[in-house]
Amino acid sequence: MDGIQRLGRWAIGTSERLGRGYLFLMAILAGVPSTLMRFSLVIQQLYSVGVLSVFLILISGLFVGMVLGLQGYYTLVDFGAEESLGVMVALSLVRELGPVVSALLFAGRAGSALTAEIGLMKSTEQLSGMEMMAVDPIRRIITPRFLAGFISLPLLAAIFSAVGIIGGYIVGYGLLGVDDGAFWTQMQTKTDLYADIMNGVIKSVVFGFVVTWIALFEGHDAIPTSEGVGRATTRTVVHSAFAILSLDFVLTALMFGEV
Amino acid sequence: MRQKKSTEVTVGLFVILGLLALFFLAMKVSNLTSFNDEPGYRVTAEFENVGGLKARSPVTLAGVRIGRVESITLDSDTYSANVVLNLYASFSTLPTDTAASIYTAGLLGEQYIGLEAGAEEEFLKDGDVIELTQPALVLEQVIGQFLFSKAGGDE
Repeated sequence: MDGIQRLGRWAIGTSERLGRGYLFLMAILAGVPSTLMRFSLVIQQLYSVGVLSVFLILISGLFVGMVLGLQGYYTLVDFGAEESLGVMVALSLVRELGPVVSALLFAGRAGSALTAEIGLMKSTEQLSGMEMMAVDPIRRIITPRFLAGFISLPLLAAIFSAVGIIGGYIVGYGLLGVDDGAFWTQMQTKTDLYADIMNGVIKSVVFGFVVTWIALFEGHDAIPTSEGVGRATTRTVVHSAFAILSLDFVLTALMFGEV
Repeated sequence: MRQKKSTEVTVGLFVILGLLALFFLAMKVSNLTSFNDEPGYRVTAEFENVGGLKARSPVTLAGVRIGRVESITLDSDTYSANVVLNLYASFSTLPTDTAASIYTAGLLGEQYIGLEAGAEEEFLKDGDVIELTQPALVLEQVIGQFLFSKAGGDE
C-alpha cells in the first residue's frame, strides 16, 4: 500500500512539474516581444552565457577533432582509405558531435550557472521583491536569459565543428601525413550544405531551446533553500543530458532516416 | 541602462566568430562551392547500364571536370538508360564522335562519366546524342565471367 502511494505521489508530482514547465515556457515566449524592445538585457546575458563559454568550446572542439583525426586514421589506414579522413572528421563533427557535445558542455557550463543564479534569486526573494515593485521577473530576468541561450548554442556548435575540423586537419596533415588536397576535396564532395550542415544547425537550435528551458525552469521551480538550489542544479545537468541525447536520436532518425 | 562598452564589444566579437565558423563550414567544408556551375549545353548519352551513377555526378574529359549529370531516365522502348549531361559552355569543341564511358573513382569510389574526344571535324551541339557509350562495370558480372571462363578452361 505504501509503495503504491509513493508511486502515485511520484506520478502526480511529475505531471505537475511537466504542466508547470509548459506554462513557464508559455510565459517566457509571451515575454519575447517586450524583451526584444530592450535588447541590451539580452546582450548582457549573451556575454555571461555565450562569450564565457567560447574558451571551453574552442579547447574541447580542438581536442575532439584531433582525437577523431587520430582514431579515424588508425581505422582507415587498414583499408588504405586514409584520404577519407577529412570526410569522416567533417561528417561526424557537423552531423553529431558538434551539436551534441557542445550542447552537453553548454548544459554543464551555462545551464547549471543559470539554474543556480535563478534559484538563489528565488531563495533570497529577489524575484518576489521584483513582483512587489510591479516588475515582471519573467520578462526582466528569465526571457533575456532564454533568448541568450537560444542564440548562443547554435553559434557555439558552429565554432565547435569548425575548430574540430581544423584540429582533425592538424593531426591528419601535420602529424600523420595525410595528403592535404585529398583531405579537403573529399570533404567538400561528400559534405552537403543542406543535408549535413543545415541539419546540424537545426539540431543545435533545438538543443539550445531545450537546455535553456530546462535550466531556467529548474531554477525557477527550485525549493528556495541552499539544498534545494543544489539539487535543482544537479537536475538541470542530468535532465539536459537525457533530453539532448534522446532528442538527438529522434532528430537523427527524422533527418537522415530516409536516404 | 547602458552597459559597459567592453561587454558589447565582446558579444559582437562572439557573434562574428560564430557566423565566421558557419561561413567556414559552408564554404570550405561543404559542396556549396562546386554548385556554381556555369550555364552549359545538354547532350544525351544512352547507356546499357549506369551502375551507381547519380544525378550531379561529375563528367570529365582527360580527368578535368567539364560538366555534370543532369538526369537519368529509363527508355522504356530500348530498356536502356538515357543520361542527360550538362556540359560547360566553355568546352563547346567536343567532336561528334566523342565516346562516353562510366568509370569508378578508385576501387570503391563514386562513379563518373569520362569522355574521350574523337576526331570528327564537327562539334557536339545542344540536344545532340553521344553514340559511342560504354556501360558501367558491374563487379559481380566481371567476377562471374571470370569464374565461368576459368571453369570452362579446366575441362
